[in-house]
Order: sequence, then C-alpha cells, then structure tokens
Amino acid sequence: MTDILLITFAMSLLYLSIANRLMTYIRILAFQGFLLFGVTFIELNQINVANLVFILLETVVFKALAVPIFLNHVIKRNGITRVAEPFIPNFLSLIIVTLIIVTTIVLSNSIHDTNLDKTFFVVALSTLFTGLYIISTRRKIITHVMGYLIIENGVFILSLAVGNEMPMLVNLGIMLDIFASVLILGVFFNKIGDVLKDPDVNQLRNLKD
Amino acid sequence: MITIFLIVALLISALLYLNRNKVINYTLVVAYGVSLIAFTCYQLANPNQIELGFFKSDSLGLLLLTTLCIVAIPTLFHGYRYIATHDESRKSRGMFFAAMTLLLTATGAAYLSNHIAVTWIFVEITTLSASILIYHHRNANALEGAWKYVFICAISITFVFIGILFLSLSLKHAGVDDLSFDALQKNYAQLNPFWLKLAFLFIFTGFTAKLGLVPMYTAGIDAKDKAPAPAGALLSSILMNLGFIGIYRFYAIIAHTEIKVWANTIIIIAAFLSVFVATVYMTRIKNIKRMFAYSGIEHMGLVMLGLAAGGIGVYAAILHIVLHAFVKPSLFFQFNQVYRVYQSKSIYDVGNYFKYNKAGAIVLLLGFISATAMPPSGLFISEFMIFQSLFEAHKILILIVVLILLTMIIWGFGSNIFKLLFTPPLEIDESRIPKISPWESLSQYLLLALAVYLAYNPPVFFVQMIQDAVKLLPY
Repeated sequence: MTDILLITFAMSLLYLSIANRLMTYIRILAFQGFLLFGVTFIELNQINVANLVFILLETVVFKALAVPIFLNHVIKRNGITRVAEPFIPNFLSLIIVTLIIVTTIVLSNSIHDTNLDKTFFVVALSTLFTGLYIISTRRKIITHVMGYLIIENGVFILSLAVGNEMPMLVNLGIMLDIFASVLILGVFFNKIGDVLKDPDVNQLRNLKD
Repeated sequence: MITIFLIVALLISALLYLNRNKVINYTLVVAYGVSLIAFTCYQLANPNQIELGFFKSDSLGLLLLTTLCIVAIPTLFHGYRYIATHDESRKSRGMFFAAMTLLLTATGAAYLSNHIAVTWIFVEITTLSASILIYHHRNANALEGAWKYVFICAISITFVFIGILFLSLSLKHAGVDDLSFDALQKNYAQLNPFWLKLAFLFIFTGFTAKLGLVPMYTAGIDAKDKAPAPAGALLSSILMNLGFIGIYRFYAIIAHTEIKVWANTIIIIAAFLSVFVATVYMTRIKNIKRMFAYSGIEHMGLVMLGLAAGGIGVYAAILHIVLHAFVKPSLFFQFNQVYRVYQSKSIYDVGNYFKYNKAGAIVLLLGFISATAMPPSGLFISEFMIFQSLFEAHKILILIVVLILLTMIIWGFGSNIFKLLFTPPLEIDESRIPKISPWESLSQYLLLALAVYLAYNPPVFFVQMIQDAVKLLPY
C-alpha cells in the first residue's frame, strides 16, 4: 500500500512538470500532502501515539490545507497572473523529470543495503531534484516557493524512511518544514507583494556586479 | 550555565524588541555584552564540560566563542553608532539590536553544540535573525537581498537536513542512534561508506551557504552588501566561522574513514572554484562593500584548501579563520564611516579619504594590507603555512594557480583601495562632509593589532587550543 501511494506521489511530479497554471501547482501540493498523510499513517507503526498524531496533523493541516490556502490567498491578493511561465517548453520538462526519476532508480539499484526501502529512496530523491529543477526553470517567485515546498515533501519522505528508528528526525523535519515555510511565505512573501507590485523574479535583479 | 545564558539572552532579545525607551534599550545592550563576556569566561574556565547533554566546551568551540566575544563588543558599539547617525525609528532600533543579540547567541550556542541536529537548529535561528538584520532598511534592495538570503539559506539548511538523514541511514548498520559528534567519532569504523559519502556531499553543500564557498556563496554576498555595516561585519566573520565549524566537525569524522581522500577532492574543487570566483569579481568590482564580501570568499577558499591539504594546513586553517574574523569586521566597521563621508558605495563617487578622515584612512590601509596577507599582517603567517601544506601534499599545480589568482586579487583590491584613499573624487561637496571622531576607529586598530599579535607572538594557551582542535583529525 505504501508503494502505491509513493508511486502516485512520483506520478504527481510528472504531472507537475507539465502543469501550466499556478492553481494546478497548488492542487498538486495539497494532493501530495494527503498522500504523505497516508504514507505516514501506514509506515510509522512503531512510534508512540501522541507523536504519530502530531506528525499526521502536520501533514494534513499544514501541508495539505494551510499552505495551499495561503498560496491561493497570496496569488489572489497580489494579483499574480495565473500562468506558471516556465523558461523551457513543457514537453522538455516532462522528459527531464522522467530522466530524473530514471536516474534515481538506476542509482538506487547500485546500492546494496538491506536496511533501505528503495521506493522511499527513489521517490524522495526524485522529488528533491524535481523541486530544484522547478526552482531553476520557472520565472515567478511564487513558483520558486512552490519548488521549495516540493523539496520539503521529498525530505519528509526521506525522513519517514528512518522514522521508526529515529522519530526525532521526523520531528526535526517537521520543524524545518514549518519554520522555513513560515519564514519564506509569511514574512517575505507578504512584503514582496507589497513593495513590488508584480512578484516576478526578474524584478529582483538589481543586486549584481 | 548555558541554560542561564540562553534564557537571559532570549529575554534581553525579547525585551529589546518590545521596549521602545532609548535608555532601557542601551542598558539592555550593555547587559547583553556583559553576560556574553561572563558566559565566555565561564566556558573558558571549564573546558570539556558537557552541559544539557548537547553542548560541550571543546577547544574548537571555545576558540571560536572567544573570537565571537571579542568581535561582538565592538559590533555592539558600532551598532550603537550606526543607529545614532541614521536617525532610526524607535521600533527599528529595537528590532536591530534584538536581531543582533539573537544572532550572536545562536552562533555562540552552535559553536558549542556537540550534536549535529542541535547545530542545525541553531543555524536555522541564525538565518532568521540575519534576515531581519538584512531587511533593516525596508526598501526594495534590502528586500531583494533578504529574500535571496532566506531562500538560499532555506535550501541549504534543507540540504544539511538531508545529509543528517543519510548519516542516520549509515548509522543503522552500526546500531547506534546517537547523532552526537563524540558518538560518531567513536563509531566511525561501523559507518556505511556509501551513505557517509552522500551525507558528506549534502552537509558540505548546505554549510557552504554560511561559510561562503562555491556553490552557495551567492546568498552571503548580497546579504553583506545590503545589511547595515555592523551586521555585515558579523555575517562576514562569526557566521562564516559557523559554517566552518559545521563542516570541520563532520570532516573530523570523515577523516577517520576510507572516504577521506574522496572528501578531500570535493573540498579542493569547491575551494579552488571559490578562489577563482572571488578573483573574477574582485578584479572588476566597483562596489566597495561587495568587494569586502568577495574577499571573504577568497579567504574561505584558502582555509578549505589548507584543511584538505592536511598536515600543518589544518593548524593554519583554524588560525586563519580566527585571524580573518578580526580583520574583516574592522574593514566593515570602517566602511560605515566611509559611507557617512561619501553617501555612496560606488568606487566612482569616493576618493581622497586621507583628507577627510585620517585615522580611518590608516585603518583602511592597514586593513588592506591585512586582508591581502602582506607580511606585517597576521594572515600572512597562516596563508604561508597553507601554501606550505599544499606544497607538502604535492599539489603544486593548484598552489601555482592559486598564487597567480591571489596576485590578481591583490591588484583588484589594491586599485580600488588606493583610489578610495588617494585619488580625488570627481564631484564632492566638502561642506556637507561630517567630522568623524578618530576614537571611532580605535576598535578597528585594536582588532587589526590583535590579529598581528596572535600570528607573530601567539600565547601558549592559544596555540594549545588550536592544537587540541587539530587533534580531532587523525594525524
């Protein structure tokens, strides 16, 4: 069951690579939040209940609801146009993300480690690199933020892989999640919307040599 | 003791933020300075003591904590001068000092942390407090600098976390679930090399944002440019040291294992590219503050070359990082006065600084000599030892190229500094130039002199501390 959820997660990355509208990105993020809820619920069966409830709440309340709603709010309030505006065509993006996934699968096959659940490893790493790829190929600041949130999801999956032995690391991951997202989204995105009317990354290009 | 210090510092920081009264504000800042000194003295008196299970006052931590304390006092003073000359609102003054005390506290605690996750948490807090300092002026440029800094630091902090996760995977074999540096040192033989490699790659990349090394150095440059000069001084000294301590403590574990040679190659590539990038920008840069920031990139590249070369290079790297933390802040403090005279950072608008502020001009001259490591400077000793270690490690080609690059850096740095000091500016309204008291340059002289003293006539306990820190590596 975990495998099905994780593979669905990997497929959502492919969908993400060809998504055109910001709304689609937000929906995918929310969907990934629910998927992570499912994975956590099935996988973390050796840790105490209070901690599990906390982690589950984080996935549903924070990842699947609060962040997407807030992103939606930001887009509406700042009047951001609805298109993602990638630098390169969607078809190429699809190929590149596929290549990322294939590469991580090949990489994971070279590992001989019985302790490792390879599905976790593959999905986590490909999510991480897809997030980096999204950041580097999209124009808008808000898509950068979304790319960062995708990286966070990848990290969360990776932390689940060691979650039963070291629940502290999952909690640390959640701390990173909340801390960094709040820092980026809350303070700075608000201010970027206020000072620069059009939150386009090209407007943040004054500092250079 | 560390509990008391953290609580007191947090309390002072919160009060600074909440309180708007000038007298109480400055009293709190002085109180913070006193408590920082007391804390450092206590830690120095009780070496190798474990507190709260996570903090250990080992030699490297103590050395850098003392450095932090010495740099922090003039920084708070120059912060006061900065606020006084800028006619700040009461709220932004409170924010400024609250963020600064938080940054100093988090950095100090991260130095002493003996647990990789605890280090990581405090590094996160430094990102938060530093971004408040960078956004101090609340204009579009400051926002841009702060945004870039936060974003790149958020990614790099995620990288460090991924590294920690891989580290825990490599620990699964050993059957250990303690991530403290001491436990890792003890169990290095059982760590799985494959996961350790991945962990090193991610942790190293993550910490380069703080250290100022390729690939994540870009965040720091904009940050140091946009932050107020006293904050820039902190970012370019103690915060870089934080990146160093993070990498060094992890490298100390790697160095015991079979992947040491591989890790050295990675470090050398990143370090060499850093020196190269610094050269490219230093030779054509026109913004004085950014020039100082790039000079920091160059020095960190050299430090990492020394670390990877091994032998005497490790000793030199630690010495270099301490001395650099005294030299660079003095340049940033002085820059604040330069800005007050010319109201510009561009090299085209400045000149003939000797005429307007003699004491400050001599600081810049001495700072230039120090930062480029010419003989009377303390950094000369450490750089010389780094070159020696590269020679002994048979990395002659790298040594030659780095020496050529350094010569170009001296040329770029020198042509800008001499323009600032001697060539008259094109247009300047001399009636508007404020009189700057020579006493404001005193702390810079003291810091530069300290760097010379520590290099040429190091006290026994100073040498002993560095040697203890070097002993973390297997030689």
